[in-house]
Amino acid sequence: MFPIEKYHFASSVGDAVQALAADEKAKIIAGGTDVLVRLHGGNSDYDRLVDINGLSELKEIKIDGEGNILIGSLATFTEIMEHEVVKKHLPVIAESLATIGGPQVRNSGTMGGNICNGAVSADSACAALIHEFDLLIEGLEGERTESINGFHTGPGRTILQKGDLLKYFCVRPENYKGFSASYYKYAMRGAMDIATIGCGAAVKMNGDVIETLKLAFTVAAPTPIRCKNAEKAMENKTITEETLQTMADALEEDVKPRDSWRASKDFRLHLIRTLAKKVTQQAVDNQGGTH
Amino acid sequence: MQTMNIKLTINTRKYEMDVDVRKSLMDLLRELGYTSVKHGCGVGECGACTVLVDDIPIDSCLYLATWANNTVIRTTEGECRDGKLSAVQDAYVEEGAVQCGFCTPGLIMTTTSFLEKNKGKELSREEIKTGHAGNLCRCTGYQTIINAVETASKK
Repeated sequence: MFPIEKYHFASSVGDAVQALAADEKAKIIAGGTDVLVRLHGGNSDYDRLVDINGLSELKEIKIDGEGNILIGSLATFTEIMEHEVVKKHLPVIAESLATIGGPQVRNSGTMGGNICNGAVSADSACAALIHEFDLLIEGLEGERTESINGFHTGPGRTILQKGDLLKYFCVRPENYKGFSASYYKYAMRGAMDIATIGCGAAVKMNGDVIETLKLAFTVAAPTPIRCKNAEKAMENKTITEETLQTMADALEEDVKPRDSWRASKDFRLHLIRTLAKKVTQQAVDNQGGTH
Repeated sequence: MQTMNIKLTINTRKYEMDVDVRKSLMDLLRELGYTSVKHGCGVGECGACTVLVDDIPIDSCLYLATWANNTVIRTTEGECRDGKLSAVQDAYVEEGAVQCGFCTPGLIMTTTSFLEKNKGKELSREEIKTGHAGNLCRCTGYQTIINAVETASKK
């Protein structure tokens, strides 16, 4: 039996917001692949739950007439990665989610949970950052939109306030049309593992020239991050050994890796430099570039 | 403690009951006698508790019993019909893919859903491994397990 002290099965988005606002310690439970693991370990920070599994509208994945892609916060990893809209327009999301856990975990876990739990290693975070996700949030003051840029504020921390419930991710057409992207997860095992370093890149090309590069990392700093210095270094450049090297050097201003039992800071830095080059090259190749 | 009334089908049998909201689906199934569902790691890493919820494999240790409301659950017990093993179960026997046997019921359910999902598709050993990455065999009898999946896929 999980040591749950208080449990509320939300009947609507509004009901969930009210229940979350009414209890300082209340936490949302969606797929349960994090929350139930923590409860299994006796973590009392998670013993007052608002269950959103009855809110089936939050499972929706669709594209609207203007090309905005909406992904419900309660859609499972498997539902997202197998969805035609995602496979066609946002293949890097499918690629990233395929690296999470194993099939059973992907059949329960949600991208909403992966982003909102604030994990530094979240496998969906790089894709979210390079495609500049908007987050549609319902709170006590009504609905608002926040950007993924700045959403994470520290390990396990986000800008979400008391009563806030993420409803949908929205990807605007200008943030995916004309881009090609790639993700690489470096981990000790091929499955059921946490990233040592995760790297995602999206590029928009003008012939051989990289017009725009968006580069993101997980586990390279206290939050998932975009790498503005490295991106700028690659702007309007063609891919060569030299330009990739210059980008990798500029990257050191962007990242702040640390020592942990999984890997040393030096090894992480080595991975970051190596992956930045490899993943940027792969993103270009995915567009059918010349290299 | 708080309970919720749920209706569900387990294999072919229908149930309606009040369940404690703190209970995992794994515990509920074991209490009802479906002891093929094994309590392994309890944290979604080993897959010994794998069951199908509406034909989708999940770790029942990381699944609240209340979430099973209005679903059809399949466990290894139900795959055997009228004393006859399913094609997957038969293939595990044929290939000797069982050592201590603790991981076997969970693996049977993963293979069952994997082959239903990939029906008619030519499967590589690599695809089979990826499709079974959520199940651990502590006896490390993986080669015979992959052989069993290959054999079952041709049945």
